[in-house]
Amino acid sequence: MPETLTLARLIGGGAGHGRVVATRDHVLPLDAFARASSLGSHLARLEGRSVVLFVRDMAKAAAALIDLDGWARRIVLCPPGWEASRLETVVRDAEADAFALDGDDEAPPIPVEIAAPCRLPLEPLDAPRATTRETEWVLPTSGTSGPPKLVAHTVRTLTTAIADAPLQQWATFYDIRRYGGLQIFLRALCGRGSLQLGGDRQTVGSLLARFGAAKITHISGTPSHWRKVLMSGEGRRIDPDYVRLSGEIADDAVLEALRALYPRARIEHAYASTEAGVAFTVDDGKAGFPASWLETEGAVRMKVVDGALRVRSNRCALRFVGAGASALVGDDGFVDTGDLVERRGDRLYFVGRRGGVINVGGAKVHPEEVEAALNAHEAVRASRVFARQSPIMGALVVADVVLRDGRFAHAAGLEREILASCRARLAAYMVPTRLRFVPDLPMTDGGKLARHG
Amino acid sequence: MHLVINAVNSNSRAAIVSHRPAILAEIRSVAAEQEKTLAPLTDDLPLLDSGLDSLCFAILVFRLEDLMGFGPFASAGATRFPRTIGDLVALYDEALA
Repeated sequence: MPETLTLARLIGGGAGHGRVVATRDHVLPLDAFARASSLGSHLARLEGRSVVLFVRDMAKAAAALIDLDGWARRIVLCPPGWEASRLETVVRDAEADAFALDGDDEAPPIPVEIAAPCRLPLEPLDAPRATTRETEWVLPTSGTSGPPKLVAHTVRTLTTAIADAPLQQWATFYDIRRYGGLQIFLRALCGRGSLQLGGDRQTVGSLLARFGAAKITHISGTPSHWRKVLMSGEGRRIDPDYVRLSGEIADDAVLEALRALYPRARIEHAYASTEAGVAFTVDDGKAGFPASWLETEGAVRMKVVDGALRVRSNRCALRFVGAGASALVGDDGFVDTGDLVERRGDRLYFVGRRGGVINVGGAKVHPEEVEAALNAHEAVRASRVFARQSPIMGALVVADVVLRDGRFAHAAGLEREILASCRARLAAYMVPTRLRFVPDLPMTDGGKLARHG
Repeated sequence: MHLVINAVNSNSRAAIVSHRPAILAEIRSVAAEQEKTLAPLTDDLPLLDSGLDSLCFAILVFRLEDLMGFGPFASAGATRFPRTIGDLVALYDEALA
């Protein structure tokens, strides 16, 4: 049986000397974690627990992950900006008995046995501890307009895609609590360098200045992050060897613009999902990927079923967590990604999500949720929400609306009024950018709203 | 000489039909809708300092495409990303010129 892979082993104790994970406000020295912790005296009680990590500060999340891996039974890594109202099903499904929280005087949003405050800088531990347990890492993903699905990984499934790395000084625009950012966090820990992180309310210019001062060599973000860099005019504050795009569809325009900005860098776009793990990276500078990869034998196998990509590899998640959770991996060992692909010539291109899920700058929008908000307006009889491609955000939300009075001439006043009522119910990125009033909506033979075409 | 004449012609044509007023009006309308406070809209104002976030900017480009029937970002091989208000106006003006 192979030895358990833990973050402590990845960092390598004393070998971590001089290496840090840094945000604007905090610097975490990696070699300090052998004898210090962000959870202080609470750490002892968290051994073997199922801990929900619910903190605002990304540096605290990074510290608590290192503290708890190999020690807790399970870590649930809540994405940034989560409302406490989402936690009830998470605590139940993950059988959580502890919270790690931001502040000292903070009450847990749901009653659990232990509420541990997470503090920085690190506090010295009384005694060294053995972090040898295989901790389950649980990453919530947004389910189809229902409660979040909990995806189970281990450090091994999360790091299998990471090759042995020479000295890499990493930075990412991502939050490490999303799969793409977590990959970079783990890449940095596996390697021999440091990691620079962003955070809330910091401009892309200030991030680039800090990343440049830290002499980062490797950097990742979504295509939307990179478009912001291109528009900031501050892109040359960094001089990376390696530029990575993931989390959204990378188009030729953003790849070409990055090639022009960083002529000596290797530029790759990666395809990964929380459920399927990292499937591949593309480094030929073009959007999409070679269709021949579907035939390739190797660690990662892929196939297309009903237009959607399926992936089988040792990087895939283990299962969904929770009583009555559906199967994540099919009988054939493949994970259905729900990402639709289309063949043009000898390449495959991603064209969107099955079920019409719209990816607005990395945030997923379920059309049903937006339609419910539209339909709640008294003038609306029915609506169909869909994506329109955006060169800035990847996609934007638009909608066709059937009015109760049967009119379908454009009425700017009514459009404004309906959209204002949506804004009161939905996050800004979910509100349609434009309404089109139509006489009726296309239906499938089964009488459902047709989502495509 | 021939080149110079061409350059002058295309400049003056662009100046006559500049999209600046339409673009500035649309920026103000998106900002009002999204409840953003705008900085004074001068040509050298960096877009990222204008008060519009990425979502606002995406909505702006979308609306301009509907309004003008084309989007300079959508054309194949377009690798210029505008930095300032002036750059943005120039992108639309050049696409038309």
